[in-house]
Amino acid sequence: MVNDTSLDAIIRIRKLRNCFGSQCVHVDLDLDVGRGEILGVVGGSGTGKSVLLRSIVGLHRPTDGRIEVFGENLMELSGARRSVVERRFGVLFQRGALFSSLTVRENVALPLIEFAGLQRCDAERLAQVKLAMAGLPASAGDKYPSSLSGGMVKRAALARSLALDPEILFLDEPTAGLDPIGAAAFDSLIATLRNALGLTVFLVTHDLDTLYTICNRVAVLSQKKVLVVDSLDVVAATQEPWIQEYFHGPRGRAAQQAQMTSQERQ
Amino acid sequence: MTEQTLTALLNIDETVNPARIAASGDWVLAHYTHLESAVSALQPRIPPDAVFDLGHLDALDTAGATLLVRLMGDKQVLVLDQIAPSLSKERRVLLQTVRAALQDYATAPTPKQPGIVTELLANVGKSVESFWINLVALIGFIGMTLEALFSSLLRPSRWRITSLVANLQQIGLNAVPIIAMLTFMVGAVIAFLGATVLSTFGASVFTVQLVVFSFLREFAVLLTAILMAGRTASAFTAQIGLMKATEEIDAIQAMGLNPVELLVLPRVLALLLALPMLTFIGMISGISGGIVVCALTLDISPIMFLTIMKNSVGFEHFLMGMIKAPVFAFLISIIGCLEGFKVSGSSASVGAHTTASVVHSIFVVILLDAVAALFFMEMGW
Repeated sequence: MVNDTSLDAIIRIRKLRNCFGSQCVHVDLDLDVGRGEILGVVGGSGTGKSVLLRSIVGLHRPTDGRIEVFGENLMELSGARRSVVERRFGVLFQRGALFSSLTVRENVALPLIEFAGLQRCDAERLAQVKLAMAGLPASAGDKYPSSLSGGMVKRAALARSLALDPEILFLDEPTAGLDPIGAAAFDSLIATLRNALGLTVFLVTHDLDTLYTICNRVAVLSQKKVLVVDSLDVVAATQEPWIQEYFHGPRGRAAQQAQMTSQERQ
Repeated sequence: MTEQTLTALLNIDETVNPARIAASGDWVLAHYTHLESAVSALQPRIPPDAVFDLGHLDALDTAGATLLVRLMGDKQVLVLDQIAPSLSKERRVLLQTVRAALQDYATAPTPKQPGIVTELLANVGKSVESFWINLVALIGFIGMTLEALFSSLLRPSRWRITSLVANLQQIGLNAVPIIAMLTFMVGAVIAFLGATVLSTFGASVFTVQLVVFSFLREFAVLLTAILMAGRTASAFTAQIGLMKATEEIDAIQAMGLNPVELLVLPRVLALLLALPMLTFIGMISGISGGIVVCALTLDISPIMFLTIMKNSVGFEHFLMGMIKAPVFAFLISIIGCLEGFKVSGSSASVGAHTTASVVHSIFVVILLDAVAALFFMEMGW
């Protein structure tokens, strides 16, 4: 089930092992992410969801194992080659990680100026469009990140991660800290972009509504590996105490019901 | 993609009526600069009833979609399914999303540039105002610190002994080597200067007085204070500033604790104790530097040096130097802590306030030292 050969894998993880001192968070972890899918990654606190994301984007060197993105192992590439690969993905960090000395618009325009070679005025105009797409008002562009609310920081960070129109989007808990309306708009924006641009999305989340509305497949991290990865129905039906509790607890049921009613309405 | 194929991205066919505009190829970020100029050039020539042909589009991303929406205009995008039925549903949704985003978008507002004279006057005004605000904040902060000091003075249970001792080690003990070395070298340099200049008058024996006077009265305390301003005030600002940025200060306040008592008092008291001790070390090693140079170049033996010192330099000069140490210590630590509390949010702010704390505290130390020197001289002390 994990090594699905029919999948056109854009990310391929084999026998990943991540240890901090004597404590291991991942042991022999295998995972494939298919081209154009939205993969939701769930797991309890401390199961290494963020470490997995950081390992894939090359911010954390795994203790052992192999990770291929676009068929290349990031850790083996030279600096220049690696930078070319890194430009093909966008990362939304958990706390936004906006550059505090730049305005929001400059934050988004920076990769456009550095890598796409645009003039500053073109880059800023395009940045403004990305900000608007992410749902920020026009006035937010001139502000500094320290004067934004948590939700606005998330949106600005999404706009920055989308700046170069990446092929893979890594999202670390994108809807945490957003109000429900904002979170739903966020979900639909991700789905729109995926449909139109063929984006692949690797999504670490705790938001059950997000899982039910936009994810094609869900991977459950538990017991130091990917316990199961499949469509939501299959995963939710898996007989495993943590999964049962997760998907059939009060919040899980509510999200499921909301999804069903919205489908009926359509 | 070569230049030749780039020109094929956007074509207008005006021979037919209504005019036909064909977008084809890759409308992506990599071609943005080219596409942008093509769109801008074409836009005024587009007749209102033009027909758009999007059937030959290959790749399309948000950058390309932005230009496409600009090219077609709002109304055309709204009726996209009629004018471009061959376009896939996903792309139509993307164009609609971009259109909705662009509606919200206003051209980046350029603030009106004031004239140079206005700006100059405004800057002067801002500087004066910020000086006044800084001064008021400093005086207010001194008041808060003294209040916290007196309120906890009578209650030994609220003394933060551990914190005090830790700070004392960090800013006192760990600074001994650098203070000793620095003052030793300055002492040697002064002795050299004295030996060179005074020998022309045949008065090179007065080198001893020069070194001892200058170190007891001025140099030991001034050098130590400046070094502490660079080493300790900056550390205070960075520590407290980072706590402010990560909301730790807010957490302390929300728990009902007093951040001034918890963070400022141990630091102020530690520097109040450390600076006089370091000043004393500075005096000794500065004079040692003089002794070494005198012994090597002027044949004044250490014993003779100490005898001259004992006979001709009064104890009051030592007091004149030492009395300044606690005052400097108080001001340096207060400025360091205050700048830390002024930090707001960003990491750039931590850097700016760390710089400010060093500059302000050195400025205050030198200013105060000059005033004190004048005062003591006039009083004949």
